[in-house]
Amino acid sequence: METIIGKYNYWIYIALMMIGFYAMIAKRNLVKKVVGMNIFQTAIILFFISIAYKRDATIPILIKSQEVINPSQYINPLPHVLMLTAIVVMVSTFGVALAIIMMLYNQYKTLDEDEIIEILKKK
Amino acid sequence: MKLFALIIVIMTGATLIYSTLEMPNWGDPNSPASLHVSPRYIEKTLEETATPNAVTSVLADYRGYDTLGETTVIFTAAVVCILLLRRFEDDKTV
Amino acid sequence: MIRLYDDLIIQTVCRIMIPFIQLFALYVITHGHYSPGGGFQGGCILGASFILMVIAYDIKWMKKRFSEYTNIFMIAFGVFIYAFVGLICIILGAEYLNYGILHKVLPADPVKVRALATLGIEISVGITVMAVMVSIFLNLATFGKHERGEV
Repeated sequence: METIIGKYNYWIYIALMMIGFYAMIAKRNLVKKVVGMNIFQTAIILFFISIAYKRDATIPILIKSQEVINPSQYINPLPHVLMLTAIVVMVSTFGVALAIIMMLYNQYKTLDEDEIIEILKKK
Repeated sequence: MKLFALIIVIMTGATLIYSTLEMPNWGDPNSPASLHVSPRYIEKTLEETATPNAVTSVLADYRGYDTLGETTVIFTAAVVCILLLRRFEDDKTV
Repeated sequence: MIRLYDDLIIQTVCRIMIPFIQLFALYVITHGHYSPGGGFQGGCILGASFILMVIAYDIKWMKKRFSEYTNIFMIAFGVFIYAFVGLICIILGAEYLNYGILHKVLPADPVKVRALATLGIEISVGITVMAVMVSIFLNLATFGKHERGEV
C-alpha cells in the first residue's frame, strides 16, 4: 500500500509516455507521429517536475525577512529551470518538424509514411 | 504490425514500472535529487545574486551558459522555419 | 488558407485586450526576480498578443505595427545582446558570463550588479522568444506566402 501511494505519480507518467511512444512507432501519419513525440516530451517534463517536489515545502522564492534559510522549506529549483527551457525548445522543435512535414506534403501530396516510400521506390 | 508495436510498448512500460520501485517516494525531502546541489542554490541565492527567486538566479546566473545554448536553439529553429517555408511573391523558382 | 472573416465583436474585444496583454507580458518579464516569471514566459505572452492580432484581423494589419524586417532583426538581436553581455565580462577581465565584474561600468556593488545583469538577460531572452513565436506561427499558417495568405 505504501508503495502505491509513494510511486503512483511515476506510473501515471509512464502511462502517458507509453501513449506517446505507441503513437510514434505505430501510427503511419507523420503529423500523428510528431504529436506522439510531443506527448512523450510532456511526460518527461512532468516526471522532472515531480522529482522537484518536497512535502510541506513552498515555491523557491525566498522570503526576505527570514534570517536563517532552511533548504527543506523550499522545493528544488533546478528541475524547474531545466524544464522551463525544455518547454520552449519543445515548441520550437515542434515548429521545425511541422515545417519539414509541410515541405514533404508539397512534394508528395500525401502525409502517409508508406505511400511516400512507395513513391520513392517508383523513381 | 500494430500488435508488434503494442507488445514493444507494453514491455518497455513494464520495465520502466519495475525500475520505479527503486525510486524515492513522491515528496520525500531526503531524495538524492534534492540533497546534492540544490540546497546551495537556495541558501546562497540572496547573498550572492540579490535575487529572491531561485529559479531566475539559477536560470540566468549560475547556469547562464546553458540558457545561452537554449536561446541559440530557438534562434536556429526560427531560421530553419524561415529558410524552409518562406516564399516571396517575386520569387520565380517556385 | 483560412478565409478572411470580419467579426465586429472579436475585433473590438481584441483591440481593447491587446494593450493589457502586452503590459502584463512586460510585467512578467521585468518582475521575474520577485515572482514567478521571466524571459521565456513573458516572451511567450508577448508573442501571443501579436498572434491574436493576426487571428482577429489579418496579416497586413499586424505587419503595419510589427514588420517582418523588425521580426527577423529581433530574432538575432536578442541572442546578440546575450552573447555581448558575456563578451563584456571577458573584456573587463573575468570569465564568460561572470556578471560580478560589471560593477566597474555600472553604478552598483558586485552583488546588486548581478541582479541588474540578470534583468538584461531576461529582456534579451524575451525579445528572442517573442520574435521566434511570431515568425514560426506566420510561416506555418500561410505556407510561407505572407503576401497571398489572408489568415
